[in-house]
Amino acid sequence: MLNERQPILQMRRIHKHFPGVKALSGVDFRLFPGEVHALMGENGAGKSTLIKVLTGVYSIDEGHVELEGQELIVRSPLEAQAAGISTVYQEVNLCPNLSVAENIFIGREPRRLGRILWKEMNQKAADLLQERLQLHIDVTQPLDTYSVAVQQLVAIARALNISAKVLILDEPTSSLDRNEVEQLFRIMNNLKKEGLSILFVTHFLDQVYEISDRITILRNGEFVGEYMAQELPRIELVAKMIGKDLRLLEELPTLAEGEGSAAKEVMLEASGLGKKGAIEPFDLSIHRGEVVGLAGLLGSGRTEIARLLFAADRPDQGTLLAEGEGVATPRQAITQGIAFCSENRKTEGIIGDLSVRENIILALQATRGWYQTISRKRQEEIADEYIRMLNIHPNDPEQLIKNLSGGNQQKVLLARWLLTEPKLLILDEPTRGIDIGAKAEIQKLVLTLSQKGMSVLFISSELEEVLRVSNRVAVLRDRRKVTEIADKELNQQNVMQAIAGG
Amino acid sequence: MNGLMKHHLFWPLVVLAALLLFNLLYSPDFFQLVMRDGHLYGSLIDILNFGSPLILVAIGMTLVIATKGIDLSVGSVVAISGAMACLTISEGADQQAGGLVLTAVGMSLGLSLVLGLWNGFLVAGAGIQPIIATLILMVAGRGIAQLITGGQIITVTSPAYEYIGAGSLFALPFSIFIVIAMYIAALLLTRKTALGLFIESVGCNPKASRLAGIRSGLVTVAVYMFCGLCAGIAGLILSSNVSSADGNNAGLWYELDAILAVVIGGTSLNGGRFYLTGTLVGALIIQTLTTTIYMIGVSPEITLVVKAFVVLAVCLIQSESFRKKLVHRWKTRRYPAEREVTRHV
Repeated sequence: MLNERQPILQMRRIHKHFPGVKALSGVDFRLFPGEVHALMGENGAGKSTLIKVLTGVYSIDEGHVELEGQELIVRSPLEAQAAGISTVYQEVNLCPNLSVAENIFIGREPRRLGRILWKEMNQKAADLLQERLQLHIDVTQPLDTYSVAVQQLVAIARALNISAKVLILDEPTSSLDRNEVEQLFRIMNNLKKEGLSILFVTHFLDQVYEISDRITILRNGEFVGEYMAQELPRIELVAKMIGKDLRLLEELPTLAEGEGSAAKEVMLEASGLGKKGAIEPFDLSIHRGEVVGLAGLLGSGRTEIARLLFAADRPDQGTLLAEGEGVATPRQAITQGIAFCSENRKTEGIIGDLSVRENIILALQATRGWYQTISRKRQEEIADEYIRMLNIHPNDPEQLIKNLSGGNQQKVLLARWLLTEPKLLILDEPTRGIDIGAKAEIQKLVLTLSQKGMSVLFISSELEEVLRVSNRVAVLRDRRKVTEIADKELNQQNVMQAIAGG
Repeated sequence: MNGLMKHHLFWPLVVLAALLLFNLLYSPDFFQLVMRDGHLYGSLIDILNFGSPLILVAIGMTLVIATKGIDLSVGSVVAISGAMACLTISEGADQQAGGLVLTAVGMSLGLSLVLGLWNGFLVAGAGIQPIIATLILMVAGRGIAQLITGGQIITVTSPAYEYIGAGSLFALPFSIFIVIAMYIAALLLTRKTALGLFIESVGCNPKASRLAGIRSGLVTVAVYMFCGLCAGIAGLILSSNVSSADGNNAGLWYELDAILAVVIGGTSLNGGRFYLTGTLVGALIIQTLTTTIYMIGVSPEITLVVKAFVVLAVCLIQSESFRKKLVHRWKTRRYPAEREVTRHV
């Protein structure tokens, strides 16, 4: 191989604006022939946007794209395909009720005098799958008779057949099991040897090192760097993705106090709890008065755990006991003394058209049923009390909650749950998108509550925050709980190491 | 003044007043009330009397719409309820007997509740979209009503039954009192208990409501049952007023008038906040409009067209963004360029 190879695809200083958001600012990306290049970054880092501007779904505000040395301007995915850039998306974009061969050749069927040559088409499809993907299946069967993995391969076959020079695989492995992933990787390796360039997006760190030659990291829409996979240690990859310098981190003192939690009684216990596609079976117990943190990259299964513990989602396996009793619905969870502040404040938290007062009393009223009404006077007292206690602004209980800022909405939701006097409070990203002052107030509140005997499950993308408030941290990677770190071992270095794994 | 204009009842009341004013100018005796044989007569009384079934149906519809649902089957339930009552009475030995009438009323209302339960089950239990779920009963209900009446118009001769829709109390039609009672019941149920809060919460954000521990399924079923009950009572009033049950035509297009009344009253089809008093005014507007159109002698072929235009005008006047746009156009009428610049302000 040549040392001074020319990249087949080169993107330079790409900028992309959306109203109010800078999705990409000055991103560079290079793709060499016969290489698998992984695009890494947390959710919202700009990976999908970059792929979408490359494939003509979005326009480019600023910057150049060159394909094989020629300036490339694409205005639609169709044009991108014609130029040789094919994309296989996470959700298979094929017609499940058509046959495999039809799916591969749809729109480009071999014809004579307007008649489709079925025999030739089926033969071509079978040959294509056998030669390039080592897949031996009956191509006349409807696509949905095959597994998702095979469907994915068919999608790849279709992409290859449309003269692909560059193949983009956007999270192809997220719905595949271990064996299927291996099959896919074998095929990717073969294609690589044939000289195809592959852009590979995934959340799974293990897979990145298994298949990729080169890694480009994005963070908050900005280009962090391009590295050879072998030269970039895992922990550094993680540090670069979440934007923390390790040496700096080591100097930071950890504020969490290790308290012996073993002696205290168990408040909530999950054993073997799991849901396919969301989180692999995990064990987790939370004791009275303990703050347990969940750490891991975005999309590593943190929210999924929280939702299972509140019974907001139905698990496929395992048991969930709150003080020895089973929990199957959010309502039961609430009566068992569990409260859950969702990370999606807007869609799963606030009731936008209702007032602050009504939003605060909602959960308490729900547990009392419709008949045992909280009197209007009592409601106003409660609202005033919590508005004062949590510093909610504006301090008008009749204001519609949708008119409040994010931080104040969050405080109203906290008030809603504190009012039910929960034994366990699950906080999923309670400080996301709110200002520093409100953040500190919420962290302080968590510590005060736990001193009063409330258990808290604290989830946050900000590692420092998790470490500051937690007695014990459960670490997640690739939708699996990998370890728990407590007491003396609990520091940033160890948690990062566990997040990176390997 | 500004605060007054912002009140949700302001525009509906303005429209109602305008309609009444038009009537006053058109026929000065519109507001005249005459006492005859201990009964009050007059156009206003007619509006209240003929409007009472619509108001009832609209009250039920308000709560359904507040949960982001819709109930298209109310017209059919009106027909079924009337048919059931008339059938029961016509098969009795003594049509005058009070017990028989009570049984008939009880059976109709029971059946209406069951029909509401069916709708609620389809929406909350089976997860069918409300417009489709209730469309089923809207279509099938006409058939059920025909089945009950045997395809004929059942006529009954029972003064006791007739009293519901045509009798009078304190010189006023009895149906008005039924409406007032149901209106107060609905107000108490939703504003004095937490039911109203739950309904608004479910309509506004069902996901968040579930996570807050509200049994949204139960709330939804209850609301559809209440709507069924309202439609059932409306059916009794309608059929007893004419002492007969017509499975084919009773309550025809009621669902549309009811939805219109709810929307004119200020409740959004997107669910959430609901206004029972607004609905009351909305239903009165529609009934006044209908009466007016008949009174001024619009030829029957085009009454619906006239009604449609007035309703369109009412909806536009109520729309805040439309009013703003109108004012803006007027203010910038000499400066088309400025209009372009300031349009989105």
